[in-house]
Amino acid sequence: MIYADNAATTKMSESAIHTMTTLLNESWGNPSSLYLHGQKAKEVLEKAREEIAAVIGAQPREITFTSGGSEADNQAILSAAESGRLKGKRHIISTAFEHHAVLHTLNKLKKQGFDITLLDVHENGIILPSEVKEAIREDTCLVTIMYANNEIGTIQPIREIGAICRERNVLFHTDAVQAIGHIPVNVGEDNIDMLSSSAHKFHGPKGVGFLYSRKGIRLSNLIEGGAQERGKRAGTENVPGIGAMAAALKEANANMAENAAHMIQMRDKLIEGLRQIPHSALNGDEHQRLPGNVNFCFEGIEGESLLLLLDDKGIQASSGSACTSGSLDPSHVLLAIGRVHDVAHGSLRLSIGEDITQAEVDEIIRSVTEVVTYLRSFSPIWRDLMAGKKEFIL
Amino acid sequence: MALYSEKVMDHFRNPRNVGVIEDANGIGEVGNAKCGDIMKMYLKIEDDIIRDVKFETFGCGSAIASSSMATELIKGKPVADAMKLTNKAVAEALDGLPDYKMHCSVLAEEAIQSALEDYEKRKARSAGAGSSNS
Repeated sequence: MIYADNAATTKMSESAIHTMTTLLNESWGNPSSLYLHGQKAKEVLEKAREEIAAVIGAQPREITFTSGGSEADNQAILSAAESGRLKGKRHIISTAFEHHAVLHTLNKLKKQGFDITLLDVHENGIILPSEVKEAIREDTCLVTIMYANNEIGTIQPIREIGAICRERNVLFHTDAVQAIGHIPVNVGEDNIDMLSSSAHKFHGPKGVGFLYSRKGIRLSNLIEGGAQERGKRAGTENVPGIGAMAAALKEANANMAENAAHMIQMRDKLIEGLRQIPHSALNGDEHQRLPGNVNFCFEGIEGESLLLLLDDKGIQASSGSACTSGSLDPSHVLLAIGRVHDVAHGSLRLSIGEDITQAEVDEIIRSVTEVVTYLRSFSPIWRDLMAGKKEFIL
Repeated sequence: MALYSEKVMDHFRNPRNVGVIEDANGIGEVGNAKCGDIMKMYLKIEDDIIRDVKFETFGCGSAIASSSMATELIKGKPVADAMKLTNKAVAEALDGLPDYKMHCSVLAEEAIQSALEDYEKRKARSAGAGSSNS
């Protein structure tokens, strides 16, 4: 089996599993309790906070533990909006290809009277900092732009965007769910005010993540209750999950350079190999992309059937076709970079892991080529394209 | 539980009657690339019996399986029977489809109906026009 869907979720690392099971067994006390068993759990929590903060260049008190990336995105955006509202600022800048945790939250704010500007992501899937600059207004209270796109893997010029926001005194949030643990992120150097992250994208457990918010930024609660997380996120803390998240992040960070070098090499071989399939195209910038992300469109076929046949061959991947999303529209990310519906349906995302081998890359290329050729052999669109009755798009 | 029934996966993995009939006398194509499904049906009808049927489909697993099953259900049948084919019959023969995939069975029904209409039109034309083809 070749698991090539690491952007969806990752397998927990051995050290994360070990940390989590040890904590489940030994540190099950409530961190809010005053007796030793509770205080030991509290220590685990604070050590995890320090370790995570150190990895991204933050102060421990700037880290708020959440249930994952979506919660962190929601809290960051709603907090910035609340602060903006109090100052009469109701304009937010974002992009057309954000994760739905961001886009749907922005939609909610739009209904409450906020004005939302979604920046063009261009054909290569990269935001232009100059366009961020031009979009900022007197009443802009937040710029929220993802660090790296979850479907096409393109890495955004976060540092430049952050610098612009700082200069204009506008809050800057980034959804870094796909970036943390995979590429270097430093909230100080990158001029980031708020950042969302999720443990299960870097070999940690599901159901846990964190929000970084720079000292002095006022957070609004999504969950009211006890005084956990400095009163900003009520609910007894997920101690085993948080401890395992810190273990996974430390490990990912320690091996980052070595892992990335290997993955980039494998990614580029995959891209080269899949390019040999006629009438195919890589989605997103070829170089400014995550080490593990490969995303292609193949003309004349549909993504779900491609995925099912790859699964039969032991390869697990994902697609931005409508059929895999349960809606009639293909991926909003592919549409945002200008792919038309016809070819956006025939997309394939391979997100490889650190342990991918050359033999597996060869097998993926062979299998994808075989399946695409097979599906085209009875595709009426492909027949029309080959007969010259229709123009090739790719 | 898997997304699809065993029947759907069987027809998806080993689709029956795939291909083209060069001398088809009824051809129907439905759907569009924008929505991600296109089905094309080819019929060879003699004495109002469907002697052969083939299909080409661009679409998801259930679209391919629905096309395959629809061809099986009408092959060797009189035209009058094929006209009564419903999407429900296709879906049932596949041991069901997920709700949001029912439109695939609708498309299969429409593709068959469209090919049958084409056949009827051609028949009427050749009967009316005799040997002259203008």
